[in-house]
Amino acid sequence: MKPAPFAYERPRDLDAALSMLAASSGSAKIIAGGQSLGPMLNLRLVQPELIVDISGLAELKRAEVSGNELVLGALVTHADIEDGRTADVTRGAMRGVAANIAYRAVRNRGTIGGSLSHADPAADWISSLAALGARVTLRSLGGARTMPVAAFVVGALESALHAGEIVEAIHVPMRSASSHWGYAKSCRKTGEFAHAIGAVLIDPAVASARVVIGAIDTAPIVITDAAELFSGRIAADYKQRFDASVADGLLAKAGIDDAAQRHIHVSVLKRAVQEAAA
Amino acid sequence: MKEDAELRNEREFPSGKSGQGVGARLPRKEDDRLMRGRGQYVGDLRLAGLQDVAFVRSPLAHARIRSIHVPERYRGSVFTAADLAGIKPIRAVSGLPGFKVSEQPVLATGKVRQVGELVAMCLAPTRAEAEDIAASVTLDLEELPAITDMLKAREPGSALVHEHWGDNVFLETNYEVDISAALDAPIKVTREISTARQCMSPLEGRGVVATFDRRLDQLTLHSAAQMPHITRSGLAECLGMEEGQIRVISPDVGGGFGHKGILLPEEVCLSWLTMRCGHPVRWLEDRREHLVASSNCREHHYKITVYADRDGTLRGIDCEATVDSGAYSSYPFSACLEAAQVASILPGPYKMPAYRCRTFSVATNKCPILPYRGVARTGVCFALELMLDLVAAEAGLEPGEVRLRNLVRPEQMPFDNITKKHFDSGDYPEAMRRALAAIDIDSVRAKQSLGEADGRRIGVGVSIYCEQAAHGTSVYSGWGIPMVPGHEQASARLTPDGGLELRVGVHSHGQGMETTLAQVAHEILGVDIAKIRIVLGDTAMTPYSTGTWGSRSMVMAGGAVATACRELGERARRIGAKLLQHDPASVVLQNGEVRGVNGSVSLQAIAHTWYRRPQDLPADVDPGGLEVTQGYKPVRDSGTFSYAAHAAVVAVDPDLGEVEILDYAIVEDGGVLVNPLVVDGQIYGGFAQGIGTALYEEMPFDASGQPLATTLADYLLPGPTEIPAARLDHMETPSPYTQFGVKGIGEGGAIAPPAAIANAVNDALRPLGVELMQSPITPHRIVAAVLAARATERSAA
Repeated sequence: MKPAPFAYERPRDLDAALSMLAASSGSAKIIAGGQSLGPMLNLRLVQPELIVDISGLAELKRAEVSGNELVLGALVTHADIEDGRTADVTRGAMRGVAANIAYRAVRNRGTIGGSLSHADPAADWISSLAALGARVTLRSLGGARTMPVAAFVVGALESALHAGEIVEAIHVPMRSASSHWGYAKSCRKTGEFAHAIGAVLIDPAVASARVVIGAIDTAPIVITDAAELFSGRIAADYKQRFDASVADGLLAKAGIDDAAQRHIHVSVLKRAVQEAAA
Repeated sequence: MKEDAELRNEREFPSGKSGQGVGARLPRKEDDRLMRGRGQYVGDLRLAGLQDVAFVRSPLAHARIRSIHVPERYRGSVFTAADLAGIKPIRAVSGLPGFKVSEQPVLATGKVRQVGELVAMCLAPTRAEAEDIAASVTLDLEELPAITDMLKAREPGSALVHEHWGDNVFLETNYEVDISAALDAPIKVTREISTARQCMSPLEGRGVVATFDRRLDQLTLHSAAQMPHITRSGLAECLGMEEGQIRVISPDVGGGFGHKGILLPEEVCLSWLTMRCGHPVRWLEDRREHLVASSNCREHHYKITVYADRDGTLRGIDCEATVDSGAYSSYPFSACLEAAQVASILPGPYKMPAYRCRTFSVATNKCPILPYRGVARTGVCFALELMLDLVAAEAGLEPGEVRLRNLVRPEQMPFDNITKKHFDSGDYPEAMRRALAAIDIDSVRAKQSLGEADGRRIGVGVSIYCEQAAHGTSVYSGWGIPMVPGHEQASARLTPDGGLELRVGVHSHGQGMETTLAQVAHEILGVDIAKIRIVLGDTAMTPYSTGTWGSRSMVMAGGAVATACRELGERARRIGAKLLQHDPASVVLQNGEVRGVNGSVSLQAIAHTWYRRPQDLPADVDPGGLEVTQGYKPVRDSGTFSYAAHAAVVAVDPDLGEVEILDYAIVEDGGVLVNPLVVDGQIYGGFAQGIGTALYEEMPFDASGQPLATTLADYLLPGPTEIPAARLDHMETPSPYTQFGVKGIGEGGAIAPPAAIANAVNDALRPLGVELMQSPITPHRIVAAVLAARATERSAA
């Protein structure tokens, strides 16, 4: 299929882009890598009047460590992260995630900001960045606001973005030396969208754990105080303390009625926990 | 064994030494353009004045059309059934008694019977604009209950796809040979087994460019088609034109697999449209159309009982098989080919003393079903081979042992089986033994008890089939479908400079025919294959043929090329004898020249003399010259029987439901291989599709008949990372009935993998009480079965 007719603009700077978005009163779509929007346009699932191509905006391609965090511009590609062209404050966690997103061709063009904006529940960044405690800065002509990634994704293909707003940057906090990271996903085939994602950031030294269960047809389940998953206490033996039935209960509560689906999600989460402990 | 083959090659195929004849492992000639991206497909055609077509397709599976509203501004660009006066619907009738006829209108009239059915045709300078017009057309439809479950569709009181039939059954057949003799067998296993509906998914979709030549008074249809001559006959019938007024050209074709065998309503529509609007028109199938609206395949259901003795000896099969044929009978294969084939091949490569099979070809509100690579055999092999593993489990035997006990043995060949199939040659047990040895069954069994280090379970599975190919007149005349293959013809012509042109009516869409047919011609005439050109895919340039289907092209077109080249060689030999001033009886044609005791004369010189210096020819020369068309049929037309044993070793993760193929061995016998490299490619390609059937591909429908896998993100095809490097081993038992002893092998690779892989998964999970009897074997199905087995165990405890 071919896209419905649309107008196309390629702004020179972020302000111009924001002005175009503001003028379009919600009928515009932003394109960056185009890895999701391209097929959706062709299938006429989206029929915007205007496409604003931000791929030339140098200010969104920056990546720099600032204080205790890494600030990634929205146009940083998965391949930039995979190849180590951006600094890494996550002790390899983000590089590992990036390297397993879809296929290399997708990673070459797909951007971290685009992935977040698209808010596909099966995408890797919305789960992994939520687990890492990342925040996202959104900008419009009216100014900027920052919120946790966990709050940014509100449902399947639904984000907190308002009309006229754009993901400007992602702030990834420094991961502490004492923390453990585990990330697992299950895909029908290499490079396909995951049908289950588990991400865990555990620090037994300070008894903290962030756990994410993703790819569940809605926003990921983010558990910031995950003690309940580890029989009430996060300690060095957390791998042994992992309680699958609690995870199963969370999934049931999230509306997943199918027992086999829940079992796969719980098993993937368990793999992530095991990876963290390894 | 190998030495024998080499000796035979030397004795029977004198050119073997040149490295270009039958048996040579040559890279494909056509790859020079295809691999450089220089192929010419329908989508590459550029004709002046060409405009694009997009179709308005039914959004509902079953509905009455109340009205079609076209906005005023597009009135001249949109065409509906009301415009197509005189165009007949597509009818593919089977002569089998009781067959009910469906009429497929090329644009819907009255009702729509499947999602994606063509309702209106929209014309514009570009496809995007044509889609804009299509989006502006609104349909007023009265939704009717959708028929999506073939078993329920058989029940009385079901809604009806074709009201005047009174039920939904295209055809019911009954086949029985003495089933009562099996009923007292000590082992009796009964199961329901099913295979999912699939899309064939060639890399290139269908595509049509139609244009009309007023000088020739001829419609030219460029179409990505496997069977251009059959397409022409079907078109002529629908359009009410003479066949001579139609030329069908099928250029490079990117995979067929059966999908490109049928006459499309789109082909009829565009033919009409170009004659109506006076300029070339084009429609190219996109992937969404392929998934949602095109032909499907493979959806079978079996209720099957296998009877056996305690030692694993098979006593009989009793089966009720149902095929979901979809809404319409496709031209020319018909809606019942699949089920009729189930009944005739279910006993497999085994001795089977008793047999009963009842089949139903059922109409539903889905795309028509088409014969996909392997046709019904993939489903049949899946059903039978899964059952044999259950017999093995009951008998306490190795699955391989049960096969060896029942396979037809080499000393019994040729063998007429219980459904009167004539197995021409081969050593089936040897193929199975080699496959088991290839995966080292004993060490796999030893390893199994230890499990994988990561907690996965190991399983091993085997399957074996034999495949009738290139079956001809006597087989197809009984089915009474619009196409019955007769003698296959080929034309061979020496050019004035000593090159060779071959014209054949089959087509090549990945099979490498431009290379293999040249090898056959080289074998006979000794012409360098670089100087041999193959013309195919054009009704104006090639002899009539039913085309490429049923793994027939090498046997039939190869045989025809050999026959034509022999006659051509004989004529050249007689001319050569005159030029050498020899008695014709004293000269031979060898390595591209005619040789006598006093010297030799090359084919090139003979051709030069015939065309350019006829004054040098004797007065009594054969006036037929150096251009011949000859027809060919094998000694028997009941088909060649290639066969293969497959063995798979898998690791299954019972918690995630993931299956990894750890090892895979294929031992196949395609008779004498004209080009082993091409055969390997055919087997690898089929193997990939077999993995798709086994583990990935499925087109599900919801209760209202909506197809649910509408993009390749939902319809999963195996990719390079899902296809392990299978190990191939060739046996070469010549067919006694064909030129060179070749057999058809094009489909085999796709037949056995689903059964072998399913058996391996079941073998891995049997200790957990898990049994999967449905393709594809998905992670969800595995995990659901594991959980169900655990629940059963808990409630039993």
